Amino acid sequence: MEHLELFFKAIFIDNMVFATFLGMCSYLAVSKKVSTAVGLGAAVIFVMAITVPLNWLLDKYILQEGALSWLGEEYAVYDLSFLSFIMFIATIATMVQLVEIIVEKFSPALYNSLGIFLPLIAVNCAILGGSLFMQSREIQTLGLAFNYGVSSGIGWFLAILAIAAIREKIRYSNVPGPLRGLGITFIITGLMAIGFMSFGGMLTGGDEEVAKEETASIETNVKVDEPILEEETIKVIDSVSVEELEIKEE
Amino acid sequence: MGLLSKKDLKLITDPLADNNPITIQVLGICSALAITAELKASIVMSIAVLFVLGVGNVVISLMRNVIPPKIRIIVQLIVVATLVIIVDLVLKAFAYELSKTLSVFVGLIITNCIIMGRFEAFALANGPWKSFLDGIGNSLGYAAILIIVGFFRELLGSGTLLGIKVLGDPIEKTGVYAYGYENNGFMLLAPMALITVGIIIWVQRSRNEALIEDN
Repeated sequence: MEHLELFFKAIFIDNMVFATFLGMCSYLAVSKKVSTAVGLGAAVIFVMAITVPLNWLLDKYILQEGALSWLGEEYAVYDLSFLSFIMFIATIATMVQLVEIIVEKFSPALYNSLGIFLPLIAVNCAILGGSLFMQSREIQTLGLAFNYGVSSGIGWFLAILAIAAIREKIRYSNVPGPLRGLGITFIITGLMAIGFMSFGGMLTGGDEEVAKEETASIETNVKVDEPILEEETIKVIDSVSVEELEIKEE
Repeated sequence: MGLLSKKDLKLITDPLADNNPITIQVLGICSALAITAELKASIVMSIAVLFVLGVGNVVISLMRNVIPPKIRIIVQLIVVATLVIIVDLVLKAFAYELSKTLSVFVGLIITNCIIMGRFEAFALANGPWKSFLDGIGNSLGYAAILIIVGFFRELLGSGTLLGIKVLGDPIEKTGVYAYGYENNGFMLLAPMALITVGIIIWVQRSRNEALIEDN
C-alpha cells in the first residue's frame, strides 16, 4: 500500500515537470518529435532507477547526521550532509558515464536508441532533483527509494511524451507569430500543469473518508475532530506541492 | 568606456534582451519558475546564480587548457557543486527562513542548464575576463526574467511586494480592497509561472520580429 501510494503520488501529484518544474530545459528542447521524446524519457527512467537508490545508500550510510556510526562509536558525531550536493552530482555523473560504457558494450541496439541522450542526462535537473527530494522527504527504505526513482522517471516520461505529441499536432495550427515555438509550449505546459493539479485529490479522497469514520465514532467528543482535520489539511497540502504551502501560510 | 571596450559591453548587454538565457536560449528554466511566487526569493536566487555563474565561468576559463575533454562534464559539475555548497551554507547561516523557502532549488543551481550551457558555449573557449563578463551578463538576463515574473506573481497573487502590503490590507479592506478588489490566489500556483513566462516571450517577440521561430 505504501509503495502504491508513493508510486501514484510521484507520477501524478508530484509530477516532476508539472508540480516542481524539474527537467524543464531538456523537456522544452527535446520535445519536438515523439520518437526522440520517448528515447530521452526512457533514458531518464533508467538513470533515475539507478541513481536514486544509490544516493539513498550514500545518504543513509555516509552523509546523514550520525550515519558514520557503523565505522565505530567515535564517528557517530559527524554530520556530512553539507556534502550531499557534491556527492549526489558526482554519483550521477559517474553513473551516467558508466551506464553509457556498459550499454555500449553489451547492447549496441539499446545504445543506439538511448546513447545520444545519456550525456544530456547528467545535467537534467530531474535526476538531481529526484535525489534531493528523496533526501528532503526522508524516504525510509531502499525499496521505497527505488520505487520513488522509477515512478518519478515515469512521471517525467509521461510529461515529455504528452507535450511532444501536442507539439507535433500544433504544427498544423495557425499560432500567432510571436507565440510560435517556445511561447505556445510554455502556455500549453501551464495548462497541462493546471490539469495535473486535479490529481491532487486522488490520494486525499480516501483519507477524508477515514477521517469521517473516525469523527463519527468519536462523535461525543467534538473537540477531538478539529485537530484531526487540521492534520489532514496539512497532510493534503504537503502532498500537493511546495507552492501550495505558501498559500496555506497566507 | 575606459574599462570596458565596446565588444566587452556587448557581452553584458546582449543576454539582457536579444539573447536572453531564459526566453531565447531556453536555459535555466528548471529552477527559475518554482521559486518566483515571491519577489524576495527571486532576488536571492538571482544573486546566488550571479555569484555561481560569475565565479564558475572564471574558474572554468582558467582551467580550460588542462581539463581533458572526455571528463569535462564531471569537472564542471564539481566546480559548480562546490560553489553552490558555499551559497547554500551562507544562506543557511544568514537567511535561514529564506533557505527553507528555496529548499532543494538552491541545490538545483548545480544542474541549472544556464551554468553548464555557458561553461560549454563560452568559458571553455575564452579568456577569464571575457568569461566573467559573459557570466555576469547572462545571470543578469536570468535575473531580469525572474524579477519580472516574481513581481507580477507576488503583486497579483498576494497584493504585496517584498512582503510589504502595497495594495492595502485584504482583511481590513483598505486601499484597493475597499473597492472590491480581490487577490488572485491562482497566481501563486505553479502553472501561472509558466503562463507568465509565456506571456513575456510573447511580448518580447512581438516587439522584435527577428526572434520569431518558424515552428
